[in-house]
Amino acid sequence: MKTTVVVTGLGATTPVGGDVSSTWKAMLAGESGTVLLEDEWAQQLPTRIAARAAVDPREVLDRIEAKKLDRSGQFALVAAREAWAHAGAPEVDPDRFAVVVATGIGGVTTLLDQYDVLREKGPRRVSPFTVPMLMPNGPAAAVGLALGARAGVHAPVSACASGAEGIAYGLDMIRSGRADIVVAGGTEAAIHALPMAAFDVMMALSRRNDDPPGASRPYDTTRDGFVMAEGAGIIVMESAEHAAARGAYVYAEIAGAGMTSDAHHIAQPDPHGAGAARAIRLALTDAGIEPEQIAHINAHATSTPQGDVAESLAIRSVLGDTYAAQVPVSATKSVTGHLLGGAGAVETIAAILALDTHTAPPTINLDEMDEAIELNVVTGEPLGLPPGSLYALNNSFGFGGHNVALVVRGVR
Amino acid sequence: MAHSEQDVLAGLAEIVNEESGIPASDVTLEKSFTDDLDVDSLTMVSIVVAAEEKFGVKIPDDEVKNLKTVGDAVHFIVAQAA
Repeated sequence: MKTTVVVTGLGATTPVGGDVSSTWKAMLAGESGTVLLEDEWAQQLPTRIAARAAVDPREVLDRIEAKKLDRSGQFALVAAREAWAHAGAPEVDPDRFAVVVATGIGGVTTLLDQYDVLREKGPRRVSPFTVPMLMPNGPAAAVGLALGARAGVHAPVSACASGAEGIAYGLDMIRSGRADIVVAGGTEAAIHALPMAAFDVMMALSRRNDDPPGASRPYDTTRDGFVMAEGAGIIVMESAEHAAARGAYVYAEIAGAGMTSDAHHIAQPDPHGAGAARAIRLALTDAGIEPEQIAHINAHATSTPQGDVAESLAIRSVLGDTYAAQVPVSATKSVTGHLLGGAGAVETIAAILALDTHTAPPTINLDEMDEAIELNVVTGEPLGLPPGSLYALNNSFGFGGHNVALVVRGVR
Repeated sequence: MAHSEQDVLAGLAEIVNEESGIPASDVTLEKSFTDDLDVDSLTMVSIVVAAEEKFGVKIPDDEVKNLKTVGDAVHFIVAQAA
């Protein structure tokens, strides 16, 4: 019998809101977070659009605290504090309390900014906080330090699947008895000339500079790449027993996780979505449910021409063409852009809220559906989901051939 | 360039506040950086580098461990800049 793992707190800071409620409101309203970059460095780039955080984390954190953290760590700390407060800021045994905050790239802006300092001002002027700021485990360690977690702080790195892998790792920690309560999620802050240029030369980014809010358009025939976004999503997970003992309000269960690798190409998705399909099957098996029990899907759907099709093939191969054509699918990256290492966590939160409120958020900018998709994508207005306890699937995939599928169960 | 003890103390207090958030008024000559002001070793490096720039002095890495109190740092800087 597997330990039941519940979610008791949510936190997020995204391009459409500085917290969970504002983010969710924008998702339901279908308000894009993508903007034209006015920065001088952006003017030479083919892609001059991105989804910047709605609230600058330096406005939320203490000045000195912010100064010692990479922007990715700042986002993580803001979201983790929200999630922890949301969970009731419980008194817990620190030795049974863990943190898992994943990132796709780590402290890349710190690395690049400090290299500028080195070249322009010399080695003596490089910040003594450079290493703790740039290390990919920095956000996890900062959150663990702030909240006092001593059962381990971890930082899985799997590109754009990282946030979901963070939650899967947290699930494993509780099930294997290494922790009773885990603060888990993902973060990213890579809106900078080099990562933008590097993703752009891969032909991964949308170049719809003349229409920023319309640039992230999953499943649309004219989609031309993803929109780089920044921010973090963090949840508080605990064993059902631990949550019940402290009388915590439960939002959902993390019912299952599946993780696979493609072994196909370092950056291209398997065109048939075979690895993604295996991850989804594993997640369903782990949750102990049949494909027909999935009532909602929050898709990875980044708005790249190939990725969106490969994922839809994966979904159809597991759910069957008939059922896959019925399940309401939301592609919330159409609103938030792609938070890379933060995406899987923010989208797990969206899936949890969809189940908890029985409402699937719309996918915006879907003017003309790509015929190759054949899914029931929610567009226009939010769609009501049936009453009762429902299951949702959240997919996340990353460069490197990482596939992570999570199954979430609503509890009311 | 010569600096008075008061000027250096005031300037150093500003730097300590900027780097660590400790109120400048708490930065007095007898205070220990680690025991009284709770300045960690990395923040101490930031303070030293900022002080070098502000006062136009060199504070060798070997010397930093001897600067236990604010007064030690003030006197070192005054002597260097004299």
